[in-house]
Amino acid sequence: MSIDLSQFHQVFFEESYEGLDAMESALLNLQPDNVDSETINEIFRAAHSIKGGSGTFGFTDVASFTHVVETLLDEIRSETRTITSETVDLFLRSVDCIRRMIQQHDAGEPCDIPEASELKALFEAILSGDEPSETDVIAAVDPEAKAAEVQPENASQKGWRIYFKPEIDVLRTGNDPLRMFRELESLGSLSVTADVSELPLISSIDPEACYLAWSLELSADVPKSAVEEVFEWVVDESDLTITPLSESNLSSAENTASDAVSENASGPVVDSVIDAEPDNNEEQQNSPIAGPAPTESPKPVAAKPTATVSDKKDKSKVEVSSIRVGIDKVDDLINMVGELVITQSMLGELGLDFTIESLPRLLEGIEQLSQNTRELQESVMRIRMLPISFTFSRFPRLVHDLSRTMGKKIELKLLGEQTELDKTVMERIGDPLVHLVRNSLDHGIETPEQRINAGKPETGTITLNAFHQSGNIVIQIIDDGAGLNKPRILEKAQQNGLVAEGDMLSDDQIHDLIFRPGFSTADQISDISGRGVGMDVVRRNINELNGSVEVESSEGEGSVFTIRLPLTLAILDGQLIRVGKHIYILPLISIVESIQSFQGMLHRVVGGCDLLRLRDEYVPIIQLSSIFNIASDAKDMDDGLLVVVEGDNMKVAILIDDLEAQQQVVIKSLEENYKKVDGVSGATILGDGTVSLILDIAGLIKLAGVQRYEYKAVSSGDDCAA
Amino acid sequence: MAEKQNDNVTIDSINDDISDAIAHEPSEQYLTFFIDNEEYGVDILSVQEIRGWEPATEIPNAPAYLKGVINLRGTVVPITDLRLRFGINQFEYSPVTVVIVVKVKAGNSEKIMGVVVDAVSDVSNFSKADIHPAPELAENKNTAFVKGLGSSESKMVILLDINKLLSAPDDVDLSEMSRALAK
Repeated sequence: MSIDLSQFHQVFFEESYEGLDAMESALLNLQPDNVDSETINEIFRAAHSIKGGSGTFGFTDVASFTHVVETLLDEIRSETRTITSETVDLFLRSVDCIRRMIQQHDAGEPCDIPEASELKALFEAILSGDEPSETDVIAAVDPEAKAAEVQPENASQKGWRIYFKPEIDVLRTGNDPLRMFRELESLGSLSVTADVSELPLISSIDPEACYLAWSLELSADVPKSAVEEVFEWVVDESDLTITPLSESNLSSAENTASDAVSENASGPVVDSVIDAEPDNNEEQQNSPIAGPAPTESPKPVAAKPTATVSDKKDKSKVEVSSIRVGIDKVDDLINMVGELVITQSMLGELGLDFTIESLPRLLEGIEQLSQNTRELQESVMRIRMLPISFTFSRFPRLVHDLSRTMGKKIELKLLGEQTELDKTVMERIGDPLVHLVRNSLDHGIETPEQRINAGKPETGTITLNAFHQSGNIVIQIIDDGAGLNKPRILEKAQQNGLVAEGDMLSDDQIHDLIFRPGFSTADQISDISGRGVGMDVVRRNINELNGSVEVESSEGEGSVFTIRLPLTLAILDGQLIRVGKHIYILPLISIVESIQSFQGMLHRVVGGCDLLRLRDEYVPIIQLSSIFNIASDAKDMDDGLLVVVEGDNMKVAILIDDLEAQQQVVIKSLEENYKKVDGVSGATILGDGTVSLILDIAGLIKLAGVQRYEYKAVSSGDDCAA
Repeated sequence: MAEKQNDNVTIDSINDDISDAIAHEPSEQYLTFFIDNEEYGVDILSVQEIRGWEPATEIPNAPAYLKGVINLRGTVVPITDLRLRFGINQFEYSPVTVVIVVKVKAGNSEKIMGVVVDAVSDVSNFSKADIHPAPELAENKNTAFVKGLGSSESKMVILLDINKLLSAPDDVDLSEMSRALAK
């Protein structure tokens, strides 16, 4: 009967994070001069559910902190107070504070945020500042409570007498009076008397209904609002009277209650609700009259701390993560499984009395099975796909805060927020993106004065754009700032020895230098960026995801950072290729075209890499047999087949013997049991059970030693190839 | 054909011994095998299973002793030829050539690897007293890969530290070590 609340904690935390995100984005949308009541309501609702949830789950620190936030919000909502940019800032800070509190609870650490009390004091200062009396504030928090007697708050109050009679279906709405009493008990010493007068005969009892009413005496030096807060969720559905204890007018209800107790055999049971001794557990649980509330024995309560402890242990081992999936995706999946079951039973039946005549049907069934499998696989993959807005949503705040710190005026535009990508990819792209955005803010966008001098609008723009392109997701960070300073980068690179004096580099190569380890041109090491660790880490992290990052920039007009990522990390559309007796796999998305006869298009370069003239481009040729040191069938280059692939922002042609089947392959790590192999991104297991290696184009280019500038020089002017 | 069946019988019986050893007292039990007529042993607790040799997918530009990777029930497992690792000429793979699949501790993680040996021999017990430290080999530090020499009444077994051996960098030359120990 009792519910271990800790099982819902994770859901609460996740919902709270979502609520906080919603609050944050709404706050950022809030224009102090033009307050949209819907936005305020949205913020208020989020704060309210966090407060309610944290109260229910016993995170009182969060609840009480959120309470003051909510109080101020409510005043703004009811237009008794105007919002200023200072209050917005205060709210933003408190969102951070609540988030940290929840994070600490989530991690199972003791909650200790000094900022909380400081912020709370600030809120209280604002609240009491021009407010006539505290009473009004409290009344404003809970307008419903106005109905109840408004008592002047008096700190010297000795306690409260409470009569609480919930509606009959209070338990069905998930509210448990016992929990409220326990909450009250944490405020001070509490005595509870139950009124069982309305309890029907056992034969007509509804086990889910609550027939009881309670009179409570709380001797604690607490404001009335604290008591009201406990009953906040049920105040609408119950008969609740709270009177100061000092007024010794015993309510008649209390009398009836105690009378009823003395008359009724179930007296001890109900009495033991709060201060039940462990030895009357049995009695309680076996007691036939005990409604749902009283049956909540102290046992699970005692068990609860241990449960929390084990939770903590679990958490340190594995980070529990969950994912919210749209119901349509799950329905798709169920349909798919249904079809699979039908196909399976069809094939099973066929197998029972198989004759050669039914061969076509068997083949048809197998075809259907493979289609089902493919669809099922796609649906399962879709479950892991989330819109990128989950990642983008943190940027408005980041930009808001940073632009303020740096005294820059920046507008952030988000495009393509609904673009979906794999959850794992998304989790790992967050940090590199933050870094790139910070970088654009710090180095890209100029100060307002500089911008005005350069004849640009005072407010700079950073655009985050996401879209799908040929099986990849592309994320762009576009700023209209100063652009990369080529001479500075080159100078710095020469100082750091990254580039030799007198090397001729193309613009793209110079821009690419910023991704080299140990490179930073920031004049001052700032908090935001400029420690010289960063861009290389960004590139490494993105490369680890089989993605790439590149930068385009024109001085004075801004820069565009483009990140390309695979949609998923688990499965790859592969093209099987053969060299000699070896089968390798090329990612299908990297293949541009394949060319069978290319005699007239070959250009042999002495001392360099052979080139393929492909229309108006020259493409370096990589001989897989020579870089992998394996035997190939083709004795001469002309006997082979060229596959033109694109990787690491350049095209290369790979010489192979033959193209084999195309199939989806499940990526297995080679590093798990072995180590990283150059030119190979992973392995997979083919239909016949053998292992095949998946080629990594960027790695092959590196392995073959194809120089990027060679390719660039050739593609721009073709003097070298002629 | 008959030979092949025989081979299966030995593998099965040794696999039984392995599970026995794991089930019982984890005493100093070693799986012993032959390489170039020399008997070597590895801690039986690190042995996962023994398989017959099957062709592996070659890894480009890997050292010659790395025969490639195989599919072990969905896991990609690299196979090292210990003979080649020890700098001994390659032996024609025969039906008795077996792959010992071992779990190797590398840092915090555990890697599964296979080693090709000429033939498996036995499961031997060595008490602490039976294990003698490896002789210090002058100008050769690679005795780190040898736990010691196990001796029983009839034979002498070189006990390898498989964790160190298989996580050693490729360029560590083990031929000196094996030659010196074989003497």
